[in-house]
Amino acid sequence: MNGLGLHKKLEENAGLLIFGILFVSAIGGLVQILPSLFQESLSTPMATTRVYDAVELTGRDIYIREGCHVCHSQQVRPLVAEVERYGPYSRAGEFVYDRPFLWGSKRTGPDLHRIGGKYSNRWHEVHLLDPRSVVPESIMPAYPWLAERVATAAGDIQQKMRVLRRLGHPYTDADITGAPARLEGLRELDALVAYLQMLGTGLDPAVTDEHEGH
Amino acid sequence: MSVSNNGYYHDGLVLRLVQFSVLWAVVAMSVGVFIAAEFLWPTLDLGQFWLSFGRLRPLHTNGVIFGFGVSALMATAFYSVQRTSHVTLFLPKLAWFCCYAWQLTVLLGGISLLAGWTSSKEYAELEWPFDIAIAVIWVCFGIVFFGTIARRRIRPIYISNWFYGGLIIVIAMLHIVNNLALPVSIGKSYSLYAGAQDAIVQWWYGHNAVGFLLTGGFLGMLYYFLPKQAEQPIWSYRLSVVAFWAFTYSYIWAGPHHLHYNAIPEWVQSLGMVMSLVLLAPSWATMINGIMTVSKAWPKLKTDPALKFIVLSLAFYGLATFEGPMMAIRSVNVVSHFTDWTIGHVHSGALGWNALVTYGTFYFLVPRLVGAELHSTRLANLHFVLALAGTLLYILSMWAAGVSQGLLWLSVDKLGELSFTFRDIMTGMKPYYALRLVAGLMFLSGTVLMAYNLFMTTRGRQPLQCAPAPVPEPWRLPESGYRTVTAKQVNA
Repeated sequence: MNGLGLHKKLEENAGLLIFGILFVSAIGGLVQILPSLFQESLSTPMATTRVYDAVELTGRDIYIREGCHVCHSQQVRPLVAEVERYGPYSRAGEFVYDRPFLWGSKRTGPDLHRIGGKYSNRWHEVHLLDPRSVVPESIMPAYPWLAERVATAAGDIQQKMRVLRRLGHPYTDADITGAPARLEGLRELDALVAYLQMLGTGLDPAVTDEHEGH
Repeated sequence: MSVSNNGYYHDGLVLRLVQFSVLWAVVAMSVGVFIAAEFLWPTLDLGQFWLSFGRLRPLHTNGVIFGFGVSALMATAFYSVQRTSHVTLFLPKLAWFCCYAWQLTVLLGGISLLAGWTSSKEYAELEWPFDIAIAVIWVCFGIVFFGTIARRRIRPIYISNWFYGGLIIVIAMLHIVNNLALPVSIGKSYSLYAGAQDAIVQWWYGHNAVGFLLTGGFLGMLYYFLPKQAEQPIWSYRLSVVAFWAFTYSYIWAGPHHLHYNAIPEWVQSLGMVMSLVLLAPSWATMINGIMTVSKAWPKLKTDPALKFIVLSLAFYGLATFEGPMMAIRSVNVVSHFTDWTIGHVHSGALGWNALVTYGTFYFLVPRLVGAELHSTRLANLHFVLALAGTLLYILSMWAAGVSQGLLWLSVDKLGELSFTFRDIMTGMKPYYALRLVAGLMFLSGTVLMAYNLFMTTRGRQPLQCAPAPVPEPWRLPESGYRTVTAKQVNA
């Protein structure tokens, strides 16, 4: 009954109650979440993984703005069927420049992590503007406005790169100075396609050979 | 600011929050029905960016959780904390500020989602200006709530207040940690965490937003309003206490089951899975406690539509909290992950548990607030049938869709080749999506009936003026407040 006696105290003291809830609910986070923030293997890029360039970064932010991640995952699980359908399974080191992560929780459409290089730029453009003209059964929405907006209007690219550099992304001064020129003349559509085409291409082939015996 | 204890309960605020909650329910569920229709007619967005599925889906989830859900939780927390503390609200003006500032945040936040401002993190999509606003309002909510408890006139703090307290404290912690980001512009920021680490932090938040808001918060509602409606004390108060601490401790570990087979360390996944299974115990302890409490009031179920909603919500609570741990097992998750099964599971919780317990509470609370009979018991009974049928049809159609997707995606033939293309599987989902749309429409029409019924009940009426009841002797705390009492006890 000693435990109950202790609890009676807690039950009658609002301050203790607040502290108790905070303490008990924090344990899980401290033991399970905090260590992974310091686990180096989760924040070390693969040898072949690079930062997004100005165009790809713009495309990625358009991908986020349009909520593509709501219906498409970017996470190939290490399962036979998934590797066959999509390609090599996803490694933590490929995502270290992803702020935020875009792994998703739903596949209304297929996974996109290994989409890069699978289709031509032209296919992607037509597909984004009118999905059913290339995939008749598709239930994906069309994104006609992407062809009408210029890529330079999709946020201040230099400010974006400066912020990411502060977070540790290795952008050089030249990268940042040259960024607006890289976007010049491009539509939002082109930037999004550039992002899709580089998706999943940061995988180190040496690692896949070793693990999957190709 | 000091407010006299001799005043009346601040029930006008409660009624206003209930009205906002019902309004958001109708709006957010209508958006849900619209995006369910987009699965069948993908050109329904008419080429308008703000009607595009990717922008409307977060509007639907945020509208339901933060508009409907949190307004209902604020309303019932403010109502019950006054009654269980036998005092009026601490800083009532701050409480009114919480009410209106919250509605404004949800409204503007919703518009910002349509404009494409999003962090992309599920249930935390709102960008940094809104994150700051939410944090400020949440702290104010906490000040009003705990301030009221601190100056209560009765010695024990009733169990419902612990769950509301857990909601306020844990959601504050999760919200602040998960949304840490560096702003780029007013509508864009980059997460402080990247890749796999961002994923782990996000699902620590995402799972526990479900845990402490959609489960814990609504359990606070249940623990106050279920005994009230059943006119029975809680079957086992001790069990409710044990379950509270077990729930608060174990829920927080379960997040990584959202990342099974993803690129995060295996020990994190395994720990998440085990703790998800542990979670079954406090969840079902609470359900059993609730059912046993009602079991002495069974005859009342025949006449009282409000109680029917609450009892049914307990059944769905039991179902969803059983299904959740099962889906957290890796070998089940391998099928369910990324499929519509997840959507079905979320709705067995959100429709079957959250919405139904709230509806039952509103049907009980609103007539009492204005001192009138419910406008129409027949309409409420019709609502009950629509809600039950809609929820069941929704869950069954998404189970069927999700299990098919999961199994067919993984299916390989004798030669090890994939049996089906993604396209074929996706095309086969059409009938299920059609059933889901019907289910959503049924549930929405029930909600509209309730909105009408409650509107007619309150039309032309003002909230009753109701003063705190006196506290019987062994439990009474003197007026001067709690701290003096403990000091006296220490001296004695």
